[in-house]
Amino acid sequence: MSKPHGGTLINRVVSDTRRQEIIENAKEMPSFKLSSALRKDAQNIASGLYSPLEGFLCMDDMENILEHSRLSNDVPWTIPIVLDMSEEEAKDFSEGDEIILESEDGKPFCLMDIEEIYTYDKEEFAESVYRTKDLEHPGVQKTMQMGSRLVGGKIIQIDDVRNPFEKYALKPIETRVLFKEKGWRTVVGFQTRNVPHNGHEYIQKTALTFVDGIFINPIIGKKKSGDFTDEVILETYDVLMKNYYLKNRAVMSILEAEMRYAGPKEAIFHAIIRKNYGCTHFIVGRDHAGVGDYYGPYAAQDIFDEFPDIGITPIFFKSFTYCKKCGGAVDGFICPHGDVHRENFSGTKMRALLVEGKIPPPHMMRPEVAKTVIEAERKFID
Amino acid sequence: MTEKKYTTVSIPVPLAKKVKKRMEGTGFTSLSSYVTYVLRQVISSIEEEERQKESFSKEDEEKVKERLRALGYLD
Repeated sequence: MSKPHGGTLINRVVSDTRRQEIIENAKEMPSFKLSSALRKDAQNIASGLYSPLEGFLCMDDMENILEHSRLSNDVPWTIPIVLDMSEEEAKDFSEGDEIILESEDGKPFCLMDIEEIYTYDKEEFAESVYRTKDLEHPGVQKTMQMGSRLVGGKIIQIDDVRNPFEKYALKPIETRVLFKEKGWRTVVGFQTRNVPHNGHEYIQKTALTFVDGIFINPIIGKKKSGDFTDEVILETYDVLMKNYYLKNRAVMSILEAEMRYAGPKEAIFHAIIRKNYGCTHFIVGRDHAGVGDYYGPYAAQDIFDEFPDIGITPIFFKSFTYCKKCGGAVDGFICPHGDVHRENFSGTKMRALLVEGKIPPPHMMRPEVAKTVIEAERKFID
Repeated sequence: MTEKKYTTVSIPVPLAKKVKKRMEGTGFTSLSSYVTYVLRQVISSIEEEERQKESFSKEDEEKVKERLRALGYLD
C-alpha cells in the first residue's frame, strides 16, 4: 500500500471530548461562512485526503506551488488549496486569531488558527494552475471571482455535514484498513464522473489485471445541468460491480470535491488524493480533468514525467473504440482493423438513447446499467 | 510572485562529467535539472525507508473495521 503523501496521514478531526467544548465556545468566536466548495476542501484536509496539508495554504507554500508545483518542503503539489475572502471580509480578522469556519448551512464546522492573511495575483494564479488566462475557462472564471485576500492556517474539523451517500463516504484511514483487510498490496484508483459504459469497464479490468484490487472513486458534488445525477452514477456502478466484478477485488467509495478542470495539474492532484486513500496505481485516461481544447489529449499523462517522486504509479490509457472484428475494446496499438470496423464509445449517443428510454447496444453498455438509468426517478441535473 | 528559489551547489568536476555522460539520451537538457531529478529520486527512496509504521492503534483499527462491517464492506 502507498504511504501517505508527505509521509504521514493527517487527521485534523477533533476528538469527541474536545468537540463539545469548542462548539460551546464557538458562539463567542468570530466566524466565516464557507462555500460548499471550500467546506469540501476543509473536510478533505481534516480527513487526511489532502495530506500533508493541515490547513489552508500560507503564502510560501502557495507561491511555491504556482512556481514549482511543489510545497515549500519540495513535496509535489499542483493545486493551491486556499481560503479566499474579500478585502472587506478579511478586515474582520487578524493573524493569530482563532476563528470558526461555518459550513454552508451556517453551523460551526472547523476551528482555524489564522497564521497569515495575504494578497495574490489572480492572473498569475490562473495561468499557473490552468495554463491559460482565458476567461472562458471555468477555472479561470472561478479564480477571477475569488476574493482578493487569502487566509492561511491550520484547521480542526469540529462537526460533520450530513452526507446523503454516507455508506459510500469512506475516509482514507478507512480505505487503508479495508485494503489491508482484503489483502490488497497493490490497488489501482479509478476516477469517474459518469455512468459506466463498456469502455470504462475495459479500462478498469485491464488495470485490474496487474493489481490486487480496484478502487472506484466517483467525484460527487457540483455538476453541470444535463449531467447524470450522483444517485444514478452510484446506482449504476453498484449494479455493474454486483453483476460483473468479483466482490473481493473491487470497492467503491465517493470523493466529495469540486472539479477544477485544470487538466494536467489536476491529474497530479487526483493521483495524490488516491495515494492518500492507499492506492499504489492511478488510471489516467485521455484528457483527464480537461475542458474544451485547453490541454493536449495526453498532457495529463506527460506531466507525470516531472514528478518522479510522486509515490504512486500512473497507468496511462490512450483513446479506444469498439472493434466489431475483434469483438471488444481496442486501440490503434492492438487492433489491425481499420476505422470502418470501429465504433466509438460515444457517451453522447448512449445518453441520447437512454433519454428516449432505449437500451444502448450490449457491446456499448451493460443492459443492467442501462436499465438502472432508464428506471431512475431523476436521471439528470436540471 | 517571489523570485525563483534556486541555490548553487558545487560538485567535483569529474563527478559533473560523469553525471553529464549519464544524462545523455535521457531527454534532460541541463545538468541542473537532471541532478535535481536524480536527487529527488534518491531522497524520496531514503525517506521511504526511514518512514515509521503509521501511528494507528489496534483499538482505532478495530473501530474502523467495525464501521466497515456495518457498511457492508467487510464480512
